Amino acid sequence: MLLFLGAFLITQNFHNQYYYLAAFTVLQYIILSQGWNILGGYTGYVNFGTGAFFGVGAYTSAMIVKTFKIGKSAPFLELPILFIAGGLVAALLGLGLGYLTMRIKGIYFSISTLALAFVTVTIILNIDALGGATGLYIIRPRKIPFFTNYMEFLFLVMVALSIFAVAFARYIENSWIGRGLSAVRDDEDAAECTGVPVLKLKVFATMASSTLMGVAGAAYPYFVTFLEPISTVSLDVGVNSLAMPLIGGTSTWAGPLVGAVLLGIIQQIALVTLSPEYSLLVIGILLVSFVILAPEGIVGLFRKFRASLKK
Amino acid sequence: MKVLHDVSIEMTEGETVILLGTNGNGKSTLIKTIMGIVPPNQGEIIFESEGVQINLVGKKPQEIVNMGITMVPEGRRLFPQLTVEENLYLGAFRREARQNLERNLSYCFEVFPRLGERRTQLAGSMSGGEQQMLALARAIMSSPKILLIDEPSVGLAPILVSQLMTSIKEMKENLNLTVLMTEQNFSQATKIADRGYIIVHGKIEFRGSNVELSGNELVKQYYLGT
Repeated sequence: MLLFLGAFLITQNFHNQYYYLAAFTVLQYIILSQGWNILGGYTGYVNFGTGAFFGVGAYTSAMIVKTFKIGKSAPFLELPILFIAGGLVAALLGLGLGYLTMRIKGIYFSISTLALAFVTVTIILNIDALGGATGLYIIRPRKIPFFTNYMEFLFLVMVALSIFAVAFARYIENSWIGRGLSAVRDDEDAAECTGVPVLKLKVFATMASSTLMGVAGAAYPYFVTFLEPISTVSLDVGVNSLAMPLIGGTSTWAGPLVGAVLLGIIQQIALVTLSPEYSLLVIGILLVSFVILAPEGIVGLFRKFRASLKK
Repeated sequence: MKVLHDVSIEMTEGETVILLGTNGNGKSTLIKTIMGIVPPNQGEIIFESEGVQINLVGKKPQEIVNMGITMVPEGRRLFPQLTVEENLYLGAFRREARQNLERNLSYCFEVFPRLGERRTQLAGSMSGGEQQMLALARAIMSSPKILLIDEPSVGLAPILVSQLMTSIKEMKENLNLTVLMTEQNFSQATKIADRGYIIVHGKIEFRGSNVELSGNELVKQYYLGT
């Protein structure tokens, strides 16, 4: 709540647009990496296809903006509708993936998610109604009450969504669902014997994860104002939302949060000072070094440090 | 492949029944079939509770656990990367068991004080004997009526096996359990059993009381290898 109020005050008094753009990307990755972590971290199913869910959310929201034009008449109602729709469609895709890959584990699951991303790009490229390879233009509402600029409003909404994503992940982690998911991660057959509803939990995790990704995607069209399949359903999105939780630590909600904030900021700095290509290189190098040196991520390092202080 | 051919066993409430047989005769398959992990080609598995008969064939493992039937799988099958406490919590996943969580947890620590001392340790880092205790305790956490124990003595020193059998007996009496246990360790298992079956190549070849089992020719022939 305090965070949200703080963010609101910032939008009222601070108007350098670049920082809002940069912050949007960081917030977007907080949502994406929390979403990724529900399936990848808690349940142990590594997903390379975040781009597909993100893209489906983005395209759903862009189509709604274009067809219904609610932005002008009800500017505050539009975004929630977009989020719900984007989340729902992505959840449906998640449900489909969940059922199709029900019996696939480990690396085979990961490959099928990678395939899903490519299939999604191809489908969008070949549907003219979705803009095909030419892409879609989305026009941001020019004015919004209480804010000097639409971007500032979008930033505030993203803050709220990020808070929600973190709270949601935290709730799952500490509930019976989270316990069940960690059993699935550790030994699926043993979980089955113990009476944990493995299948239900897996489908739930896939859907919860893809919903968050879809919601993050739904905010994207208004951010970029131009949607094009190859950069939207990109592997960059998939790799980033996998690297952030891994670097932060996958066992708790704090991991993806720390990872997304840290990497997101480093990436934005690299983007401005170096070049867009280098910003992805930074992620790659960090990911490799963390996997080798600190497989439990920053949160794991922090815990070790605290444990050694106690001794 | 067909593993079980002619199997008919029954248990009444409060009994401890053992299923004896060497490797590859279908003991574990039978337990997995009862739990709904392996679907049978034909036949029935009837569970009677409060006068109502339910056929377990076609039910999912979690539904069977919900009825109060829990297994201790062969080779323990713990969650090695989770702590002792988390393993125990997972045993109590079904709704009814969650309500008795605190009571069951303190009972488990009473029977196996070692687990209480190691509650925050990772299950995979404990010794074989402690892991078997945890596997049993995890099953108890689900507040079962029927406990299916698959080869608890595998890989344990003889003294640990006899301690384990004593614990199983104690828990059975305290919690009013009905126990079906498969074993290869003939002498230890008959100590706590009321009755038993001998299974050979997927067929029940002999059934009888504790005493009858001990003096049986089949046991000597198939089982002790003489």
